[in-house]
Amino acid sequence: MRAVCWEGKRKMKVESVPDPKILNSRDAILRVTSSAICGSDLHLYNGFVPTLERGDVLGHEFMGEVVDVGRSVRTLKVGDKVVVPFPIACGECSACQRDLFAACENSNPNAWMAEKLWGHSPAGIFGYSHLLGGFAGGQAEYVRVPFADIGPLKVPNGMSDDQALFLSDILPTGYMGAEMCDIKRGDVVAVWGAGPVGQFAMASAYLLGAERVIAIDRFDYRLRMAKDKAKAWETIDYEREDVLERLRELTGGRGPDACIDAVGMEAHGHPAMYAYDRAKQALMLENDRPLALREAITACRNGGTVSVIGVYSGFIDKFPMGSLMNRGITLRTGQCHVHRYMRPLLERIENGEIDPTFVITHRMSLEDAPKGYAMFGKKQDHCEKVVLKM
Amino acid sequence: MTSVMNETRAGDGRSHHGEHPPNEGRRERQRSGMMRPETLAKGLGWFSVGLGVAQLVAPRRVARLIGVRPSDRVSNTMRAIGARELASGIGILAQRRRAPWVWARVGGDVLDLALLGRNLVPRRKGRGRLAAATAAVAAVTVLDLLTSEQLASDDSAERPEEGSLNGSPAKRRSIHVLRSITIDRSPEEVYAFWRDFENLPRFMEHLESVQVTGERRSHWKAKAPAGRTVEWDAEMTEDVSGERIAWRSLPGTEVPNRGVVRFLRAPADGGTEVHVDLHYEPPAGRAGAVIAKLFGEEPELQLASDLRRFKQVLETGEVVRSDASIHQKMHPAQPPVGDLAVSLDVEGGY
Repeated sequence: MRAVCWEGKRKMKVESVPDPKILNSRDAILRVTSSAICGSDLHLYNGFVPTLERGDVLGHEFMGEVVDVGRSVRTLKVGDKVVVPFPIACGECSACQRDLFAACENSNPNAWMAEKLWGHSPAGIFGYSHLLGGFAGGQAEYVRVPFADIGPLKVPNGMSDDQALFLSDILPTGYMGAEMCDIKRGDVVAVWGAGPVGQFAMASAYLLGAERVIAIDRFDYRLRMAKDKAKAWETIDYEREDVLERLRELTGGRGPDACIDAVGMEAHGHPAMYAYDRAKQALMLENDRPLALREAITACRNGGTVSVIGVYSGFIDKFPMGSLMNRGITLRTGQCHVHRYMRPLLERIENGEIDPTFVITHRMSLEDAPKGYAMFGKKQDHCEKVVLKM
Repeated sequence: MTSVMNETRAGDGRSHHGEHPPNEGRRERQRSGMMRPETLAKGLGWFSVGLGVAQLVAPRRVARLIGVRPSDRVSNTMRAIGARELASGIGILAQRRRAPWVWARVGGDVLDLALLGRNLVPRRKGRGRLAAATAAVAAVTVLDLLTSEQLASDDSAERPEEGSLNGSPAKRRSIHVLRSITIDRSPEEVYAFWRDFENLPRFMEHLESVQVTGERRSHWKAKAPAGRTVEWDAEMTEDVSGERIAWRSLPGTEVPNRGVVRFLRAPADGGTEVHVDLHYEPPAGRAGAVIAKLFGEEPELQLASDLRRFKQVLETGEVVRSDASIHQKMHPAQPPVGDLAVSLDVEGGY
C-alpha cells in the first residue's frame, strides 16, 4: 500500500510499504477513506518530538471502511464505516474505567520510553513517535486499529466524510479545551492559536455558554476565519498589538475568565522571547517554546482557568509559577479523551449545532501529502486544514 | 582543578578493574532514575563536541551570540574554552569510563560560570544575552554534576558484595531488583494466574517455558542469545493463597536466584498491587555475559516491562503489540513484512 512516511526533518515521502495485518485479536484493519494532517503532525514534521524513526508512517486523524477484524471483535463487521479516536485505549484498565482514555495504562507497548521522559506513560497514539507506542499512522491506504471494539465510532448513513472526520481529534480536542474552562454565564474566553483546534475551542466555548470569545493569532486569514466562522467577538494580532494590554482593555481590566492555549510547543511571540526560547530549544536546554502558555497565565483573571490543549513534549523554561500560584489560577491540561466526546459531538453535528467542515481549506490526494505538509507548515495559500482523500 | 579531579577519579576506576571487567560492572546497574546516566553522558559529550567546534571555528560569532564583545582577547579565550570543550566531549564519547571526563566538564562549567560572571558586571548592553548564556551554562552544570555523581556511584557499585545466595563464594555479586504494578483484578485472580507458573512465559519475555515438576518444584528454561538456553530448577519456599509466593533456585545452577511476589489489595478495591522482589547472581565469565544479555542492561527495566505485559494479559487478554514493538530493536512504525505468525512465535508465542 501507499503511506506517508517521515524521512527526516521537514521531509515527508509517500512510499510503498506492506499492508497492515491483525497483530492482536481485538484489531481491525481499515481501508482509509479520509485522513487529515494535524497541527501536531507539524511538531513531528519539524523534528521536535523525540523518538521518531526514519520511515515512520504518520497520521492520527482518519476514518474508513472496515475490511478485516480480529477474532475477538464483536462490535464491528466488514463494511462498517467508522471514524477512529487518535488515542488508543483498551477500555479495561482503571484509567479507561474512569473515562481517561488518553491515559490508558495498557495501550503503549513502549511505555518504558515515556516513563523515562514523563515519569508515567500515557496511551499510545497512532503515528506519533515510538515514545507513544510505535503504531503506524493513518495517512495511508490501510491502517491497523487496535482495540477496535472500544474506539471506532460508526458513522451514520448519509453523513459525509468531511463532517465526521474531525471527531477523530480536533473537534473533541477543541471541545475539551473549552469544557476544562468550567464556563459560566458571562464568561470571557481568550483562545491562543486560531488553527483548527483553536477554531473548534472557540465554537465550543460558545456552545458551553461563553459570553465573549477572543481569538489571538498572527495570521490575518486565521483571525478572519475565527471572526466569520467561529464567531469570535474580537481578534488580536500579536505581531501588531500588545496582547496583555489589549486583553486588559477588552475585559475592563479583569483579564479573561478562561484562557485556552491551542498553540503548544512551537509558539511564536515577542521577538526577544522567541529568540531566547528558540536558542534554548536549539541547544536542547528546553524542548518546548512556551510563549503562548506564559502569556495565557499572565493574562488570566484572578482565580480563572488556563486550559492547555496545545501539545508539549518535555521541559520548558521561565514558567510563571508566581503568577499562577499567587493569583489562584487553575491549570488544566490533557491529551483529549476523545472516546468520551465522540457520540455527543456526533449528535451536535447531526443536529446542526456545529458544522466542523468550515476549517477545511485544502483537499488533496495521498500522493500530494508532502506538498500538504509543506504548505500547512509554512501557512501558504491561507492553509488552515488539509484533508487527504483516498 | 580539573586535572586533579580527573586523576583521582581515574585512579579509583583502575582499582576496580583488576576485580571486574568494566563491561560487566556496567550491566550491574539497576537504577530507577529519570534517564540513564550513560545516555545523559553521551548527550553531554555531543553537546561539548558541538560547542567546542563552534568556539574553535567561529569564536567571534559565539561571543556575539552569548553577548560578549568579540575582541582578540575574547577570541583567544573562546578558542581555549573550545579546545577544552572538544577534548572533554571526545573524552566522554570515546571512553568506556565516562565519569572522569564528565567531571572534567563540571570543572569547565565552573570556569565558564566564573568567566561569564566577570563579564556580567561591567557592560550593560548585551547583558540579557549574557544572563541567558549564564543560565544555560548553569543548567548544563547541574546536569553535569548529576551525571558524574550517578556515574561515580555506578562505578563504586562494581565492588563485590559481602555474603551471597545459596552459599556460593562470597566474591559473587548479587543483583537486587524491585518493581511493582497495579492491576485492575482481584488479588485472588492475579495470584491464581501467577501461581500457575506455566503462564509466566506469556508475559516474561525471556522465559521460554516453566514446567511444574513437583508439588513445590519447577523447571525453568530461559532464552539466551545465539539460540542458547539457560535452565534451572526452582523450589517454592512460600505459598500463601491470594497473598504471596516465594521461590529460590536449587543449588548447582548457573544463575542462583530467589524472589518473592506479593499481592496486595489496592485501596478502595482498586485492584491488586503486585510487588516483585528479585535477587540473582550473574556468574562470571562467558556464561555471565550471556546472563547479562538475558536480563538486559537494566534488569529493573526488564522486570518493569514484564509486569506491564502481565497487566495487559490480565486486563485485556493478551500482550498489546504495535507495528514497531514486535521488532527486537528500533524499527520504523510500518506494517510488518512477511509471515507474522512465525515472527510472533519466535518472540514469545502469544
